[in-house]
Amino acid sequence: MGRMPKWADAVLVPLLSLIIAFVISGLVILAIGEDPVEALKIMVTGALGSTYGWGYTLYYATNFIFTGLAVAIAFHAGLFNIGGEGQATLGGLGVAIACLMLPWPHWSLALLASVVLSAAFGAAWAAVPAWLQAKRGSHIVITTIMFNFIAAALLNYLLVNVMRPRGQMDPASARFPAETNLPDLHQMLGWIGIPFAKGTPANVSLFVALIACVVVWAIIWRTRLGYEIRSFGKSEKAAIYAGISPVRITMYAMLISGALSGLMAVNTVQGEANRLLLNSVEGAGFIGIAVALMGRSHPVGVFFAALLFGFLYQGGAELALWTKIPRELITVIQALVILFTGALDEMVRAPLKRMFLASGRGGQ
Amino acid sequence: MMDFAALIQLLDSTVRLATPLLLACLAGLYSERSGVFDIGLEGKMLIAAFASAAAAAATGSVWLGLLAGIFASLMLAGLHGLASITFRGNQLISGVAINFLASGLTVLLGQKWFGLGGRTPSLEGAARFEPITLPFAGSLAPVPVLGPIYSELISGHSILVYVAIALVPASAWLLYRTRFGLRLRAVGENPAAVDTAGVSVTGIRYAAVAITGILCGLAGAYLSTALAAGFGREMTAGKGFIALAALIFAKWRPWYALAACMLFGLLEAVSIRYQSIDLGFVMIPVQFTQALPYILTVVILAGFIGKAVPPRAGGEPYVKER
Repeated sequence: MGRMPKWADAVLVPLLSLIIAFVISGLVILAIGEDPVEALKIMVTGALGSTYGWGYTLYYATNFIFTGLAVAIAFHAGLFNIGGEGQATLGGLGVAIACLMLPWPHWSLALLASVVLSAAFGAAWAAVPAWLQAKRGSHIVITTIMFNFIAAALLNYLLVNVMRPRGQMDPASARFPAETNLPDLHQMLGWIGIPFAKGTPANVSLFVALIACVVVWAIIWRTRLGYEIRSFGKSEKAAIYAGISPVRITMYAMLISGALSGLMAVNTVQGEANRLLLNSVEGAGFIGIAVALMGRSHPVGVFFAALLFGFLYQGGAELALWTKIPRELITVIQALVILFTGALDEMVRAPLKRMFLASGRGGQ
Repeated sequence: MMDFAALIQLLDSTVRLATPLLLACLAGLYSERSGVFDIGLEGKMLIAAFASAAAAAATGSVWLGLLAGIFASLMLAGLHGLASITFRGNQLISGVAINFLASGLTVLLGQKWFGLGGRTPSLEGAARFEPITLPFAGSLAPVPVLGPIYSELISGHSILVYVAIALVPASAWLLYRTRFGLRLRAVGENPAAVDTAGVSVTGIRYAAVAITGILCGLAGAYLSTALAAGFGREMTAGKGFIALAALIFAKWRPWYALAACMLFGLLEAVSIRYQSIDLGFVMIPVQFTQALPYILTVVILAGFIGKAVPPRAGGEPYVKER
């Protein structure tokens, strides 16, 4: 069996899938009686045309980097973690506890505490499905879906009955003290004299996400654990024969995955809302699936895919503002990206492969 | 304590709420028994609910609405089949994509056609499934105990409720007593053996996925044209996943599916009716009742109370000649 060159597999296939997804989205826009070219212009101007737009694009991208990495590392172990939503919900609980428990003197200390707690809470929420998969053979996709719903119910209970301050109507925690508020990009870039729009939600968590990319890359390709995770994902039987414990790998991969999902909450809960709300995850856990698929489970790919989805999110909001196209267009695009880069991958790949093989033979 | 009339009311709403779960659960049963995992039940139900309500609103006929709902659901089922059977893609990922596709398209098209922020206009008269009064329901009502059970609990539901209940024995018969059923189950356990016997694995799987599409169509149509009077965005609200949970809870068997859906329907009815339940020594918050179907499913999956073993070839695309 011949193979496609590596660059074609890593770049050409996802790019082609993306183009197909976008062409169909364009047709959808046409079908609802709007102009796709005009729509694209509005999206680009709104999301990338100003530092204000970038502030939102990067804020969304930060979420998607975390959830994308979370799905990606589980993919490497051959596991499909569809529970990012629930793990990020629990991560939010960790952030709220970190910010409300102690009077932090400075945001950097509060950030450290919330990073640790959100990761721990997210990992803990992933640990149960992981253990059930490793020890009892329960299908992890189903258990993580169930844990998403259980997490939503748990948070609902805690916000309504426990964390809501007396006399407040809406189900949300108390506002975090001002000392825990994270600096946004306007402040941070101001320290080094770069002008950046005020009042955007992008904050220091972006850099935590970038660090996470590097750490995940190092874990996967530069550590023994990463090697074991990858061999387990490629062939479970071979990995077991080589002395790799399936229980250990499933647990580690899912704990790291859950921790990354949980970290997302630092960006949304501490970086933006400054209090814990009912639905602060807003589907980012699921977008992680699209991001990991597009990014071919590589941190660099995940970074660019997250940036693309950040652009789509902010661009979609602009579209809803200036045209009659509802925000849900983004959900359709997201679905098409997941469909073509994930489920229909073979449909895109097979003709390309044939082309490469044919041209390869011609050259020899 | 609760009186008899309140109990009848609670059970009545249990039947109402369990019906979409049962239809979707049976839908999933066919697909998963044939070896095609389907976490896209939610999406198919959602698009069917939308298409039914939209067509019923446009034509004034609930039957045309039902057809439109089944058609829309079949389209997504076909997509799932294409991805997971023909192109041997990941069935779970395809399911996720289908859920998002339905979630986005329903709002997009709804806003374009009706301009009501994703809702369809309210349905009334012939555009809705009306309750059916069974014979003698009126005259038997005064009979103690059995009267109210017959006239309120058994009579007075829409046709789709009775169809859903009838589908349970029908499915059991089809799966366990017919050649098609045997082949369908075999394809889900050991497709290579079925292939060797000269039966098309692809054909059987597509047939199963198509049945799934039709039943999800019924489930969605019930939601928007019988249970409610019109479509609202995200109106399935996780029901597809509760149906999936019920399917696992029922260990992929039709009669168990009925029991599981009734149980989950009862939990939903309780959580709508009572905010929290005081057992004297402990207060059960409503959120716990809402989460209970998911918790029970995890427990059963963990194998602590009976083991739920999925069809052996579930989730794996079949590759001929290997």
